[in-house]
Amino acid sequence: MALTKKQKLDAYKVMWLIRRFEEKCAELYAAGEIGGFLHLYIGQEAIAAAAKYGLREDDNLITAYRDHGLALARDLPPKNVMAEMLGRTTGVSKGKGGSMHLADIHKRFWGGYAVVGGHLPLGAGLALADQYNGEKRATMCLMGDGATNIGYFHESLNLSAVWKLPVVWVVENNEYGMGTAVARASAVTDFTKKGEAYGMPTMKVDGNELIETMEAFKKAADYVRSGKGPYFIEARTYRFRGHSMGDPERYRKPEEIEERRSRDPIELWGAELVEEKVATPEELEKLEKAAEHEVEEAVEFAKASPLPTEEGLYEDVYA
Amino acid sequence: MSTPSAVKQDTEVKTYREAISDALMEEMDRDEKIFIMGEEIGVWGGTYAVTRGFYDKYGEKRIKDTPISEMVIVGAAVGAAMNGTRPIAEIMTINFAFVAFDAIVNHMAKVRYMFGGQYKVPMVIRTTTGGGRQLGATHSHSPEPIFAHFPGMYVVCPSSPADAKGLLKTSIRDDNPVMFVEHSTLYQTRGDVPTGDFTIPLGKSDIKKAGKDVTIVSYSKMVQISLQAASELEKEGISAEVIDLRCLRPLDMEPVLESFKKTNHCVVVEENWPHFGVGAEVAMQIQEQAFDYMDAPVKRVSQIDVPLPYSRDLEQSALPNPQKVKAAVKEVLNRN
Repeated sequence: MALTKKQKLDAYKVMWLIRRFEEKCAELYAAGEIGGFLHLYIGQEAIAAAAKYGLREDDNLITAYRDHGLALARDLPPKNVMAEMLGRTTGVSKGKGGSMHLADIHKRFWGGYAVVGGHLPLGAGLALADQYNGEKRATMCLMGDGATNIGYFHESLNLSAVWKLPVVWVVENNEYGMGTAVARASAVTDFTKKGEAYGMPTMKVDGNELIETMEAFKKAADYVRSGKGPYFIEARTYRFRGHSMGDPERYRKPEEIEERRSRDPIELWGAELVEEKVATPEELEKLEKAAEHEVEEAVEFAKASPLPTEEGLYEDVYA
Repeated sequence: MSTPSAVKQDTEVKTYREAISDALMEEMDRDEKIFIMGEEIGVWGGTYAVTRGFYDKYGEKRIKDTPISEMVIVGAAVGAAMNGTRPIAEIMTINFAFVAFDAIVNHMAKVRYMFGGQYKVPMVIRTTTGGGRQLGATHSHSPEPIFAHFPGMYVVCPSSPADAKGLLKTSIRDDNPVMFVEHSTLYQTRGDVPTGDFTIPLGKSDIKKAGKDVTIVSYSKMVQISLQAASELEKEGISAEVIDLRCLRPLDMEPVLESFKKTNHCVVVEENWPHFGVGAEVAMQIQEQAFDYMDAPVKRVSQIDVPLPYSRDLEQSALPNPQKVKAAVKEVLNRN
């Protein structure tokens, strides 16, 4: 599958939108305007962009708590995502979810979930409902590498294979589950073996390479939509920031981060666009600025939005 | 008061098992979005034989045997409920619901609120509870109150065949997640059950026996124990009113308070342990809302505070029985 020129440039812009959005969140967190936990997606942007272009709009997307990037890539309005960060009524979850619980049912972005692995069975269930209702739809369920060690992972992959559920399981392997390196937590470090263990086809991709990742996602989504059962993808990546904002980062050296920054997914894609003469560096800079501007607007909107009142406390506990 | 007898409808004698089975089948016939998933529910026919014959009638699309995987049974039902179906997930016994505790309390009960009301979770977990079958400590829990602790879900505990049918049908039709807790030693009990479509609203406590001297509050199998005690007390000149809570959430305290204002005495009978149980909640609400009517402290009869043992008589000695209920009633009435 080839992206159109417009899509190529949009992908570049969305990656910058995520990057700038996350940097702004860090700033607002430090200023005490965002509460709770904050997990930034910086360094993993290509995977979100790949999901945007590798999936169809009516496919399902569900992920863990590092969810801002995927939400933005799924076209949840940055204004409403930022409003959620600031706990406003205009937030995508009306200020009741926060950073880790972004969702938009109309975009079939089913949410960020904050118990590691807890959303995997939900992903299987989304796919189960589509299978039951005869909907030709893929569900992409993303998780971090740490989630492959929890019981939910094994039960969900097994069930998805036994029932041939249309799920694409994606491990975003950013090398650390919080501060524990993959090799210190997982008996096998080649995650495709964990997918193979449940009898499904697997692929390993460089998650910092947009096109490679997007093509894998598309291939897997086509496969599961055809009714053949689930697919498993390991996308190797690296997060440039800590696990969350309170991470002292004792588990890795600054040199390691520095070295990995040389493979920044946005720079890699930008270089490719210039090399292919899709855009000039100046044009790319304009896209970056446009993304930055969008983030500024989002912050203005969020700050001007009302805070929820206590009357709303009891709303939406029950249908 | 909404006792089944108040409903003008033909009845027939059914077991608790048959009543549940009928409710499931009638609802599945009514709504194709309903399917059942769980361990041994299909080819085997259900470990308590509730779904016997379902697999042949509905096929494996709607009767889904699962691996022994409680976490994904509940979690997948949540996801499927969010996305346009109405799953009934069977957890073989409530003892195994602990394995799925996170899926139940963190996702089934919370996804609606946490995402600002975007989702409905129209699902039922059917499960069985109770001790007294010599199954040892891990298979004899009665932990319904633990699940009733969490806002966002309902906990329904029928005590009779009619209630089982009426409450299950309502639970299945409700757009909220319901934990429907059947009692494993009630399946063979019989009672009049309205035929055909018959529903009982959730959150309506029911006066199972009227009385004037003392209010006995109970639910699930302990209602039967309480009724037995009440009938024996009647011969001794003590008139007990027996109230069946039916649902621990939504909890309907109105009939309890109304009764208490009349009797001024209360005994709570529950099969679970005493700490932080139903008795604790009921007594708290009585002292909050009917303090001026209290003639004696509220007393509770519960399982004693030990893990249930295997040996038959020893296990029975740890569980509530009519004698213990009678003794508690006499104590609160100072009639010893």
